[in-house]
Amino acid sequence: MALRLKELAQKKDLLSGGHRACAGCAGTTVIRQVLLAADVPVVAGCATGCMEVVTTIYPYTAWRIPFIHNAFENVASTISGVEAAYRALRKQGKIDREIKFIAFGGDGGTYDIGIQALSGAMERGHNMLYICYDNEAYMNTGIQRSGATPHGAATSTSPAGKKIPGKREFRKDLTSILAAHDIPYVAQAVPSHWRDLMGKVQKALSIDGPSFINILAPCPRGWRFKENESIEMARLAVETCFWPLFEVERRTWRLTYKPKEKRPITDWIGRQGRFRHLMKEENKHIIEELQANVDYKWEQLLKRCEG
Amino acid sequence: MGKIVALTGNDAAGTAMVQIKPDVVAAFPITPQTELMHKFADAVADGEVDTEFVLVESEHSAMSAAVGAAAAGARVMTATSANGFALMWEIVYIAASNRLPIVMTLVNRALSAPINIHCDHSDSMGGRDAGWIQIHSENSQEVYDNLIQGVKIAENKDVLLPVMVTSDGFILSHTLERMEILDEEDVHRFVGEYKPAHTLLDVDHPVTFGPLDLPDYYFEHKRQQVLAMEEARRVILEVGKEFEKLSGRGYGFLEEYQMEGAERAIVALGSTAGTVKQVVDALRERGERVGLIKLRVFRPFPKEELLEALREVKVVAIFDRSHSFGSFGGPLFTEVRSVLYGSDISVEVLNYIYGLGGRNISLEEIEGVFSDLQGVIERGGVKERINYLGVRE
Repeated sequence: MALRLKELAQKKDLLSGGHRACAGCAGTTVIRQVLLAADVPVVAGCATGCMEVVTTIYPYTAWRIPFIHNAFENVASTISGVEAAYRALRKQGKIDREIKFIAFGGDGGTYDIGIQALSGAMERGHNMLYICYDNEAYMNTGIQRSGATPHGAATSTSPAGKKIPGKREFRKDLTSILAAHDIPYVAQAVPSHWRDLMGKVQKALSIDGPSFINILAPCPRGWRFKENESIEMARLAVETCFWPLFEVERRTWRLTYKPKEKRPITDWIGRQGRFRHLMKEENKHIIEELQANVDYKWEQLLKRCEG
Repeated sequence: MGKIVALTGNDAAGTAMVQIKPDVVAAFPITPQTELMHKFADAVADGEVDTEFVLVESEHSAMSAAVGAAAAGARVMTATSANGFALMWEIVYIAASNRLPIVMTLVNRALSAPINIHCDHSDSMGGRDAGWIQIHSENSQEVYDNLIQGVKIAENKDVLLPVMVTSDGFILSHTLERMEILDEEDVHRFVGEYKPAHTLLDVDHPVTFGPLDLPDYYFEHKRQQVLAMEEARRVILEVGKEFEKLSGRGYGFLEEYQMEGAERAIVALGSTAGTVKQVVDALRERGERVGLIKLRVFRPFPKEELLEALREVKVVAIFDRSHSFGSFGGPLFTEVRSVLYGSDISVEVLNYIYGLGGRNISLEEIEGVFSDLQGVIERGGVKERINYLGVRE
């Protein structure tokens, strides 16, 4: 299906309103865009985390599709089981419809505690799409640092202290780790570039086999910016090349969007309270380190995309 | 009709699984469970079953995939041991709380540390509060029979709880025994087709599994689990009777062996019951009034049946193949004593902790326990309530 706004506006939202996400949460925007892109029935799973908690408080559910939450680290293996059941029952003629399977996990549930289950599910080749909504920290439990938290960011467990100014380590390049699994489709996306995001979801769902899309989901509470700026924060992450938009389709790397002008990382971090301490003179070197890392990763990506 | 074969406990469990033909099996290798999965893998590779065999990267994922598959409406089985069971722990509770009728063989093995691959019941006893029905097996025949019954018990609409069937690691799992297997068609007819009311794959009727459940509802859901366990009591007996019609082998909550007029008794789980039977036979030959109560079902705990079995007994030894460190006795002991308290039955209860990490238990040791019990009767009092059998002090 072509992604025309007029037509998309007619489609039923598969995640209802009335859920309890914070104002400005990009996580729910990500889920809605992903589900809007699907043209066949979808069964979804979600790791423990913000999205599961805000959408399913018993006796309510925001999910208008079949949904399962199991635990924090195992949405990939849970959906593996659902998909295996589908194959078994379809083989026996008990189900004759085409159904697609999507696992959602935050960065904590994907980069950290869930990486083993994710890696296993991808290696086994289940016909499933894994979506990481990456808000760069354990937001649900109170903004603790994760393997996805950027260098220098202040979180509850990597605060901007007198001696240690925020997170000391760099973030994990999870999208590359997934690409190294040699699965049919891997991509990065953001909700600000919705057509790019939804096109990637459609491509992933059309492929027989495992696929993974890492989607940056700015969090006003955790990143400390105004609630009406989430989409702008996503756009700036792309324009600064902190979060490039690309896809890896059957081992071929391709940039899906190239900023006309690569903006400095300060254009992005300067708008977020979690990096405020970096603006002090004594922490300037951290900004330089961040910029150097963005530059290195961007160049590396360009080379990969040149093939 | 069935046929007589020689199988190890693992092959017996594997054969039951092949005959049940579950829709999905998710498993990860751990000694001594491995051969069970080899048996099943052979059946998959030879096309004897068309089960989706999900070879996950950990036991945690095995139980997670089992939960997903069961919620999707599939008949699901798995198997593990000790550390593998411990790794699943979180999801073992979730499987039961989501009322998913998964059936698992737990090939009993001691928990680490020190690492040890041999039999004790620290793994299954550790899982006693997880909300699973727990059925113990004396021999390969019972492993096989219990698994087939387990499917029917678990999937009963009044129960909908996962079932764990135990098999003593190595003692049963790797030991060849003569047993009878049923015709595959009979097994199919017996277990029937699994038709759950709500599934993830019913996309026209979407349901949410596993929502956040706060203080306003959580307690009621836990209460429902309690009631499901109560319903299971009736269903376990019904299924046991139905299985007797099919196989000639009847099953209840416990087996009373030579308990007619017994003054002294042992309560034991699993393969040790078979060893105790031999001692009981020998002592009965000598005119001693001894017997055995073999507990088959540990969860739900058969309170009434046990009290009835103990009614005429003067002194009983409870055999625990695991320990609860710092508690007053092993898990089976505390359970038995608890149901006796406040009842109208007056019996002295002793505890014998034995066989940890696969330490063998001999006929002589069991005979020694019966002598201890005789001493209690003659003395009219208990010297040591909690005893350790076969350990160097």
